Amino acid sequence: MNKARRNIWHSVAAHGILLSYTVLALFPVFVILINSFKTRKAIFRNPLQLPGPDTFSTIGYETVLKQGDFFLYFQNSLIVTVVSLFFVLLFGAMAAFALAEYRFKGNALLGLFLALGIMIPIRIGTVAILKMMVASGLVNTLTALILVYTAQGLPLAVFILTEFMKQVSEDLKNAGRIDGLSEYAIFFRLVLPLVRPAMATVAVFNMIPIWNDLWFPLILAPSEATKTLTLGSQVFIGQFVTNWNAVLAALSMAIIPVLVLYVIFSRQLIRGITSGAVK
Amino acid sequence: MTALKLEKVCKSFGPVKVLHDIDLTVEDGEFVVFVGPSGCGKSTLLRVIAGLEDATSGSVEIVGRDVTTTPPSKRGIAMVFQSYALYPHLTVRGNMELGLKQAKMAKSEIAARVAEASRMLSLDDYLDRRPAELSGGQRQRVAIGRAITREPDLFLFDEPLSNLDAALRMNTRIEIANLHRTIDSAMVYVTHDQIEAMTLADRIVVLRDGRVEQVGSPMDIYNDPDNQFVASFIGSPAMNFVKAAAYGFDKGAVLGIRPEYLTIVDGGRLSGVVTHIERLGAETNLLVALDTDDVLTVRLFGQYSFDVGQKLGVDFDDANALFFDENGQRIR
Repeated sequence: MNKARRNIWHSVAAHGILLSYTVLALFPVFVILINSFKTRKAIFRNPLQLPGPDTFSTIGYETVLKQGDFFLYFQNSLIVTVVSLFFVLLFGAMAAFALAEYRFKGNALLGLFLALGIMIPIRIGTVAILKMMVASGLVNTLTALILVYTAQGLPLAVFILTEFMKQVSEDLKNAGRIDGLSEYAIFFRLVLPLVRPAMATVAVFNMIPIWNDLWFPLILAPSEATKTLTLGSQVFIGQFVTNWNAVLAALSMAIIPVLVLYVIFSRQLIRGITSGAVK
Repeated sequence: MTALKLEKVCKSFGPVKVLHDIDLTVEDGEFVVFVGPSGCGKSTLLRVIAGLEDATSGSVEIVGRDVTTTPPSKRGIAMVFQSYALYPHLTVRGNMELGLKQAKMAKSEIAARVAEASRMLSLDDYLDRRPAELSGGQRQRVAIGRAITREPDLFLFDEPLSNLDAALRMNTRIEIANLHRTIDSAMVYVTHDQIEAMTLADRIVVLRDGRVEQVGSPMDIYNDPDNQFVASFIGSPAMNFVKAAAYGFDKGAVLGIRPEYLTIVDGGRLSGVVTHIERLGAETNLLVALDTDDVLTVRLFGQYSFDVGQKLGVDFDDANALFFDENGQRIR
C-alpha cells in the first residue's frame, strides 16, 4: 500500500518537472506563433492572449511576403544548410574512415590536427576568411557560405565518426576485401550504413547552428540574391522602430523547415540505434 | 602440387617483429591446423596468407603462383571468420553471391554454385533471410557457404568455432570434417583449441612467439614432441615435468610423463599424497604431491574413489618417459 503511494508521488513529481520544462521550452515559440497572427497594437496590449476575431490579422505575413523575396531567402538557407551538411558528412566520414582503418605515418597527428578545430572557434578567422573570399571572387555567393560551414562542421564530425568507425567489425571489412570489393565500395556499402546513428547525430548538431547563423551571411553574402532567412528577417528590425508583426511572422515561417528536418534526422537516429548492427 | 608454400615469411608491425622466418608447405587436399597460445602470431600468419596483411619479407605461393603482392580477391582463397562477418544488409543468398558477382561471373553459374553450397549445408530454407534473423550456428554455416561458392584453391578458417556454445561446437566441427572429405580442397585452420586441432588436422603446426615450433601429424605431435613447449601445449591435462636427476635418470635435465601413463600401484617408485581430485565421469584426475615436493597429475580412466590426504604409490613405464635438455629441446 505504502509502496504504491510513493510510486504515484514519484510519478507525479517526474511528470510535473518534465511538463514544466516542456512549457518553459515551448512557451517562447508559442508566443511567437500566436502573436504573428495579431495586429501590432494587440501584440503590445495583450501579448499572451490568443488572437481573437478583433485582434486577428495577417498583416505580418503580408508584409514579409511582399518585402524582399522571402521564398528566395528560404531557398538560400535551405541550399546552404543541406549542401553544407552533405559535405560535412561526406568528407567527415571519409576522413574518419581513413583515420580509423589505415595505418600510416602521422595518423595520430593528423587526427589531432583535425580535432583541434573543435577547440578553435572559426569566427576568430573571419577577417582572413573575408580576405580569402574577396581574393577568390566568392563574396556574395552561396559557395562562400557552404565552404565556411563545411570547415566549421568538419572537426567535430571527424572526431565523432572516427570513434564509431573504429567499432565496425574488422572481419566484415576483410570479408569485403576477399570478395573483391574496392575500398570505396567497402566504405559506402558496408561501413556507412552501419554508422548511420553517428551520422544523424553529426547532422543534427550542425543543422541548427548553420540555419540560424547571422554572422557569416552578413559578412560574406549580404547581397539581396544571397540573403539567408536569418539575415533577411533582420531588415524588419530597425534602429528606431521594429516591425514586430513582420519579424514574428518571418520567425514563425523559419521554424517549420528546421522542425521537419530535425524530426526526419532524429527518427533516423533512433531507428539506427535500435536496428542492431553486425552480429 | 603444393596448395600453399611459405618461404621465410617475416612480418613486423613497426619495430615489433611478429613472425620470424616462417617456412611451411601445405599439400593439395591437406588439412593443416595452426595452434599456439594467444599472441603467437597464428592469426597474423593467416592474414598474411590471405593477403589482408603484407609480409615484410619472404614469399607466399598458392598453387604454384607467387601471390606475395596479389590482392586477396585474386589469390584464389576464401576465408571463414570467427565473427562470421556476414553482410548485414544482404540475404543469405546475397551473401553467397557477392564475391561471384564482383568477379563478373555468369548468372547461371552463380545460381548453380549457390544452389550446390546451400544443399551441402542445408541452407535451402534460409536463402531469403537476413543474417539478423539467423541463429549463431546458421550464420556460421552461411559463412562457410559463402566460402564454398568461391571454389577456392585454399580455404582459410580463423577460429570459426570460438563463438559457438560447446554442443554446437562439436556438431559444426564434424560438419567441417565432412566438408573436407566432400570437397577435398586444401584447408588452413587457426585455433587455440586442442581438440579441434587433434580431430580435424592432417598436420598440425605449433607456433610460439612467431616461430614454428613443430610440424607433424596429430599423433606425432602428441607422442613425439620436439621440445618441452610442444609437449606441454598439446594434451590435456598437460604433461608432468620433473627434474630427471631427482628420480635417478642421468639422461637430460627434465623428465616428462603424460598423466595417463602414470599408474597408481602400491609400492611404486614414487610415493605421495592426494591433494585434489577431479571426477569427470569418464575419467578421474588426481593431483598427487610427492615426497620430493613435485606435484604430479595422474589421469585414470573410469570412476574411482580416492580421498584427499590419502597416501599412495605412483609408477610408470620408462618407455613412456620423454627427456629434455636444459634448453627444453628433446633428447631422443
